[in-house]
Amino acid sequence: MTPPPTTATPAVDHGSAVVHAPAHAAEGGIGHFLSTYVFSKDHKVIGLQFLFSTLLWFLIGGLLALAVRWQVAWPWSDVPVVGKLFAQEGGQMAPEFYTMLFTMHATVMIFLVIIPILAGAFGNFLIPLMIGADDMAFPTLNMLSYWFMWPAFVCFGASFFVEGGAASGGWTSYPTLSTNPASSPASGMGQTLWLLGLTFVGVSSMLGSVNYMTTIILMRAPGMTMFRLPMTIWAMFITAVLQAFALPVLTAAGFMQLSDRMLGTGFFSPEGNVVNNAIAGAGGGQPLLWQHLFWFYSHPAVYIMILPAMGMVSDILTVFARKPLFGYRPMVYSIAGIAGLGFIVWGHHMFMSGMNPALGITFMVSTMMIALPSAVKTFNWLGTLWGGKIQFTTSMLFAISFVSMFIIGGLSGIFMAATPVDIFIHDTYFIVAHFHYVLFAGTAMGVWAAIYFWFPKMFGRTMNEFWGKVHFFLTFIFLNGTFFTMHILGAVGFPRRLADAYHYETFHHLQPLNAFMTYCAIGMVATQVIFAANFIYSMFWGPVAGRNPWNANTLEWTAPSPPGHGNFDYQPVVYRGPYEYSVPGVEKDHLMQTDPPNAAAVAAAAAAH
Amino acid sequence: MGKRLAGIFWSLLFLAVPVLGVLTFAVAPAYDHWLPKDVSEHGGSIDSLFYFILALTGVVFVVTEVVLFWFMWKYDAAKQSGPATYIQGSHTLEVVWTIIPAATLLFLAIYQMNAWADVKMRRPAMEPTVEVVARQFEWRLRYPGRDGSLGTPDDLFLVNDLHLPVDEDVLIQLKSMDVLHSFFLPNVRIKQDAVPGMKIPVWFKARDVGEYDIVCAELCGWGHYKMKGRVTFESRADFDAWLERKYAEQGTTQPPAPADDVAAN
Repeated sequence: MTPPPTTATPAVDHGSAVVHAPAHAAEGGIGHFLSTYVFSKDHKVIGLQFLFSTLLWFLIGGLLALAVRWQVAWPWSDVPVVGKLFAQEGGQMAPEFYTMLFTMHATVMIFLVIIPILAGAFGNFLIPLMIGADDMAFPTLNMLSYWFMWPAFVCFGASFFVEGGAASGGWTSYPTLSTNPASSPASGMGQTLWLLGLTFVGVSSMLGSVNYMTTIILMRAPGMTMFRLPMTIWAMFITAVLQAFALPVLTAAGFMQLSDRMLGTGFFSPEGNVVNNAIAGAGGGQPLLWQHLFWFYSHPAVYIMILPAMGMVSDILTVFARKPLFGYRPMVYSIAGIAGLGFIVWGHHMFMSGMNPALGITFMVSTMMIALPSAVKTFNWLGTLWGGKIQFTTSMLFAISFVSMFIIGGLSGIFMAATPVDIFIHDTYFIVAHFHYVLFAGTAMGVWAAIYFWFPKMFGRTMNEFWGKVHFFLTFIFLNGTFFTMHILGAVGFPRRLADAYHYETFHHLQPLNAFMTYCAIGMVATQVIFAANFIYSMFWGPVAGRNPWNANTLEWTAPSPPGHGNFDYQPVVYRGPYEYSVPGVEKDHLMQTDPPNAAAVAAAAAAH
Repeated sequence: MGKRLAGIFWSLLFLAVPVLGVLTFAVAPAYDHWLPKDVSEHGGSIDSLFYFILALTGVVFVVTEVVLFWFMWKYDAAKQSGPATYIQGSHTLEVVWTIIPAATLLFLAIYQMNAWADVKMRRPAMEPTVEVVARQFEWRLRYPGRDGSLGTPDDLFLVNDLHLPVDEDVLIQLKSMDVLHSFFLPNVRIKQDAVPGMKIPVWFKARDVGEYDIVCAELCGWGHYKMKGRVTFESRADFDAWLERKYAEQGTTQPPAPADDVAAN
């Protein structure tokens, strides 16, 4: 542990932290509007563009989930309100429509919501502010990383309206269902657009990741050593590394699948494959190859989807517990450990796939081991609360619920990692419960914690605390009602992705439980109206926040709220780590990273705030 | 005072997580929302591993969630006059909570290997009892016929109606004609993907007569949900009689299968 530094010497000067004048001067008129709010190179504007886009897609993904839940609870019954729009016969859902719904629910949530809201929105907004830089290292690349999302939005969005509908092969797009147009109506244009959309998302993430790594390595403020970085930045940094190394594999695999579909190659189709009584394709390929390539990206991507939330939650916990983070270095090492191990566990998605069972044992051992750094992180979060002075703000409640829910999601993972148990629960609702506890109850709750926490920095106003707590309470209740019960379905072996499972003797009695879950899911989505109203109202009419409404330590709170172009009105110089809360012998209960270390200056700084 | 009440309320909300969580798992079996009946020889080792992990994770779940509740309750700012305790960590604790989970996880990893090897690696040395070929959206079955070997003209062909003898090893040769499927027998604790281009062996020994579901557990297209079969376990004598009956039916309804059938191995 680094003790609070006692000298005024900034440890390292990484240069380039000089605050300079806005890069593009005001032009006035429409050109100015476009360059400021649309094609902006300012990381904060880009971050907010990502935030608004992803929140809109979050809504779409949530509605897709409701439609899925409707069919699972009351198969073949008319879908209320929107049913008539989509179906020819009354409002009943066709099974191919159902497969499209869950495919696109997952696709939208993973590729258009979770990954871009963490890296794109919060990564962009927070990285320069928290390291004391005026902007990203490559502002133009940064702008492009947002605008490459738009072709993806168009591809995924348009695919709903092409012949055969949007992709229906599951978000994993396993061949040969996805590569052979004869095997499914949606494996035509819908699947092609899906692959193109995925490629654009990949390009966007890659541009972002290069930028984040460069910015964090080169543009830290004087005195901001690597081990004075807040956990948020460490998490963003390691996430960027994961993206940079894993994404090329997915992009290549995507092109191979495109080429199988468009050019008649046979990377993933074996010889003698017969679909709909017709010999299909050139053959000579192997369907498992796609699974290996896909999961080589998508397993690290699971950590891309949780690590930034872990980082942000770590910071929020310290602020509202008024305590240093318990075990800062172990926390950094365990993130690095998760990232490293994350590259050698992809085979645990393939225990039942026909992959050599001996290889399954190898992946089982590495998977068991990746539970370790997650456990270490959980214990350290608990340690952070221990002896604290906890303020139950909305942001803090979401952050604590992240810890509580991540415990469930982490522990349920051990069931699947145990290969013999996985034989029974693989592809059942047990896994659905598991990843919703990690990604919704974990990441999404972490994202809400972050939104309530950094909203004042984004818009200069705070969100309403009362309605924030109502939002938290209802979301928390409904999410557990929806997802906890999925463990029970999984224990019965209830398979995922079935439009109607009740004709099976084994599962026919599970309809009432599913109906209960659907009621909870409807409640959960309805609750978000409170959030949306609070968000929009507070943006314009919320109480004005000062620079540092939470009395936090990190650099973004020294900048104006919201920060202008170039971020800081004076050059931040860093004297200490980010978690100096309740330091004994200091008058106020926190020492900002920029507070000069001598007592007189501390008092002066306190007076100035 | 209002603040303290809020703190109590939020703490109790988080205490509800372990309480209701454990309750859910405790009540579910009483309503038959639990592991379906197991009729296989190897299923016991899978189920007991499930219960072992459930107990282990259950204890960790309850302890960590109660600790979380307790910290929220005890360290509520509304309850405290002094500042928070300035602690940056503890080397001893880090070592303890790294080594104990590591040892536990490693034990779990080694402990389960045998069960996995029994189900997926130690294949009995025998000819396949039946070949199962998955296809959108049905299970095509092919019994070796009187000569005991697959791929000969006297093979017996059926759809979705799998019969197998109890109390002896059966070996299934699993294939797929078109897309991925997964051969899932919930009551036998068997699941194996069927992959186009691969011949995958599946084996088990049933201990009980009865009729159970065959479920497709890997998305295979719009009709995935209805790709349902039935498996009937019966005594050797009943099984042989059934085979003879089906064999006679096939003789009257269709010509002998051509030797160069596409689906032949």
